[in-house]
Amino acid sequence: MAKKNTFKTFLSDIPQNLFSGFVVSLIALPLGLGLALASGAPPISGIIAAIVGGIVVSLIGGSNVTITGPGNGLVVVILAAITTLGDGDMQKGFLYTLAAIVISGIIMIILGFLRMGSLGDFFPGSAIQGMLAAIGIGIFAKQIHVMFGNLNAKGSIIDLVIQVPEGMMNLIKTDDTSVFYAGLVGITSLLIMVFYSKIRNRYFQLIPAPMWIVVLSVGMYYYFELVSSSAYPIDKSLLIDLPDNILSNFAFPNFSKIYDVDFLNAVIAITLIASIESLLSIKAVDKLDPLKRRSNVNKDIRALGLATVISGFLGGLNVVTVIARSSVNVNNKGINRSANFFHAAFLVAFILLFASELRKIPLPALAAILVYTGYKLASPENIKKIFSIGSEQLIIFLITLFTTILTSLITGILVGILITFIIHIIINKNILLFIKNVLKPNVLMFKEEGKYYVSVKNFSSFLNYTKLKEKVDQIPESEEAIIDFSLCDFVDHSVMENMNNYSESFTRKGGHFEVIGLDDSKPGSEHPFALRKILPKQIIPNDGFLTKRQKSIQKISEEMHWKYDAFSAQEMEELPTFGYFKTRKINKVSNLLSNEDCTIFDVQFSEGEMIAKQVIKATMLHIHTLKPVPKFTLDREGIFEYILEFAGYKDINVKNHPDFSKRFYLAGKNEEKIKAFFTDELILFFESNKQYHIEASQNGLLVIASERLSSVKEMKALAFFGMGLQKTIN
Amino acid sequence: MQKINKLLIGIAFSPNLKPNIFEAVRLANMFDAELVGVHVGQKSDKKKIDLETLLSEANPLKKPFKTIWKEGNPVDVILQTATQEKIDLLILGAIQKENLLKYYVGSIARKITRKAPCSVLLLIKPSIIRVACKHIVVNGLQEERTEQTIKTAFIISEYLQCNKITIVEEVSQGELHVKVNDDKSLRKANIAKERLSTREDQRVKHILEDIKNKNITVKTQSIFGKRGYSIGHYAKVKRADLLIMNAPNKLGFFDRIFPHDIEYILSELPTDVLIVK
Repeated sequence: MAKKNTFKTFLSDIPQNLFSGFVVSLIALPLGLGLALASGAPPISGIIAAIVGGIVVSLIGGSNVTITGPGNGLVVVILAAITTLGDGDMQKGFLYTLAAIVISGIIMIILGFLRMGSLGDFFPGSAIQGMLAAIGIGIFAKQIHVMFGNLNAKGSIIDLVIQVPEGMMNLIKTDDTSVFYAGLVGITSLLIMVFYSKIRNRYFQLIPAPMWIVVLSVGMYYYFELVSSSAYPIDKSLLIDLPDNILSNFAFPNFSKIYDVDFLNAVIAITLIASIESLLSIKAVDKLDPLKRRSNVNKDIRALGLATVISGFLGGLNVVTVIARSSVNVNNKGINRSANFFHAAFLVAFILLFASELRKIPLPALAAILVYTGYKLASPENIKKIFSIGSEQLIIFLITLFTTILTSLITGILVGILITFIIHIIINKNILLFIKNVLKPNVLMFKEEGKYYVSVKNFSSFLNYTKLKEKVDQIPESEEAIIDFSLCDFVDHSVMENMNNYSESFTRKGGHFEVIGLDDSKPGSEHPFALRKILPKQIIPNDGFLTKRQKSIQKISEEMHWKYDAFSAQEMEELPTFGYFKTRKINKVSNLLSNEDCTIFDVQFSEGEMIAKQVIKATMLHIHTLKPVPKFTLDREGIFEYILEFAGYKDINVKNHPDFSKRFYLAGKNEEKIKAFFTDELILFFESNKQYHIEASQNGLLVIASERLSSVKEMKALAFFGMGLQKTIN
Repeated sequence: MQKINKLLIGIAFSPNLKPNIFEAVRLANMFDAELVGVHVGQKSDKKKIDLETLLSEANPLKKPFKTIWKEGNPVDVILQTATQEKIDLLILGAIQKENLLKYYVGSIARKITRKAPCSVLLLIKPSIIRVACKHIVVNGLQEERTEQTIKTAFIISEYLQCNKITIVEEVSQGELHVKVNDDKSLRKANIAKERLSTREDQRVKHILEDIKNKNITVKTQSIFGKRGYSIGHYAKVKRADLLIMNAPNKLGFFDRIFPHDIEYILSELPTDVLIVK
């Protein structure tokens, strides 16, 4: 990367980061309140964590597009800490927990300085998944009762899950109107969360789902207050409780239990979860970064530690890197750390300006957000995915899950590690392989003929993965790397998953990453294992089964004399060059309908990572133009574009065509070339046809009708549009 | 070690004796050297006859075979004999792990290797029929003994008619002085690596200046890994036939608990290894 005037680009990027920070703060507000409530802490503590985190980490952190604040994983840990440390007195327990938070922050700072950022690599992937799922179930079990308007559900996680049907019946039968309305708000909120991603309307999506919930529930309050004659039906006890004077009521940690065993346990659990959650999120967000930068994990951990210490002293929860909010940040084109800062700044503004409105939010509405988050963490799809890797991974996952639910988080993850190790021994029927070789430096790297060659010996699993990682991290992602496992007797799932991640990031940055030496099976390892399986690029199904839609596409392909293919590798490679796919990961390209230079296809891609991941399927048209096209985007002009313009994007106006300029929003870097490209003929074509979202890159034009699959009829229309456009350009 | 005049082989009457003797005889003839066999244990007529029959089956020796019979601690006896007889090269066989293609040096041979006053050749697969040596890997560590080792490697390769030598410079992580955190430090680390590689290349080139090599292809290669261990790994990856290394410095008690340098090689022989003293 060439050096640019960093300060100047930073300044010019501020508007878009300001916008993105604003959108993120809309989510951070309800989530912060909700997570704090679910942790048994005062609601404001979640907001304090988000504000402190946003300011501190954006100033001294080491990552680029992450958002920091209170995390999901900590809900369970903090709740446990508050209950055990306070002996039933939640208020006291909270002050002790604040002390634990401060200490855990200090430990994180130390971990960062000791460069222990790689600590997360010591945990096997399936065990971490199991732990996260357990956290998800914990959040779900507790919050679903709150969502039904019942604040008093108590018992272990399993008890709470069993009580769910009963809770539902109670809500239906209840004669308490306050509880009934509260439950209704809760369920409506849940429906908003579930169906939000299905509605791909730009104006609707401008406000994130959690904020819709806040807006609607506050709106309902004002409806009863100002319009309706009846009083607001939800009791004050079911509304959020914020201190009267937010600026002066900071809770201060109580350090008097610092030598207690329980306190120590709390500190360890908080630190463990905070670092694992942050590391996972940082890694996942790096995959989304449109500028493909690499985060400095250790620097970030230090910053998170410091933020946690400050937040703890101010009465806030601890600060971690959060994936959902970071994904939203990337989707809204946040591209540097200032977005995190602005998100904090907006939160300060909200809390100062709208404190009285926020007090009107019913607790069940916030609980619904958490129920949805909990479900996402433990969703059946996750379990299915783990099972598809191998049944032994499912065993690890389930054992970790149940141990975590039945005992505690620390025991859970320790058992998970142990069971993974035992399973590895059973698979290999050889314990000496691990014991003898675990400390040996088993990785060799050298550069030969411009390629990096890495050879791994003996075995490669979560136990010694850091050695491999240390070497591979030194290879620039724009180079060619070959990882040879042929001297390895055993490669586990965690390593394979990481290799897959490397392979992706190398592809993203224009390099090449290849794993070799896994296809020859040596004696004693005939297991059909995912543990050493080859990385799948694209799964091709039996072509005997075509769906109805596929058949009709085939039919029109014959009518139009176009070609029909089920899959395409070429499009998979060319599509990522379009700006639209910069932050979106393409999973599959299918149902291709093509003539010489136009291709219509269905593409399945995902937005966001981990729990914030949304899978979207859409139909698009790709035109391979004969002559080079300048990079631009063309859109219908609307409210959305005014906002973009406010955020620093510029609409290019083509001379002598005021009508076109008014109706279309045209943007791109090279203004002159774009103006030259838009000839009168082309403009006439655009004005007289249906308006699509169009993007240009060196690989031609991408035409997007809408972010969903098109019907066969729409595909036909798209095809004719494509042919017309192709003709006009040439 | 410039010229090898005298070879020493330990004789234990095991199934491996025949290939060991054949290999030793072949080497002695190649080096044009005298072969000395030492047996630790009682001298008996049967053993003597067995040995003589074996020797008669092998190629005829250019110089007479000398046998020494001595009782006592095998380690002490062999080390003593090596000193007394002014041996240049000691030949030891390695043990193969059951069912696995892995070799290691037994505890007695290991002790001998550590204390030997002369160079030691560890053979993983002594064979009755000659297997040609095609590729020699030699270390290019920054150490005073390295120059000698590299020169020896060239002499040996001439004897063995091997025409490919790779000189491996091991660059340890610590020497980089840069930890890779993000893109910026990665770029720095790569610049540092390039610089180190060039520096190492220069150093080796300097050594090579004095050596006249006509038919031998010489290659230098920088590798990144653990010193002493990774060179073995490299030799294995590259399927080298002989690995030539410097003799270790004096090792203390802790060096065996936390193995490094040569100890790694001894616990997992990648190929035949020659330790030059």
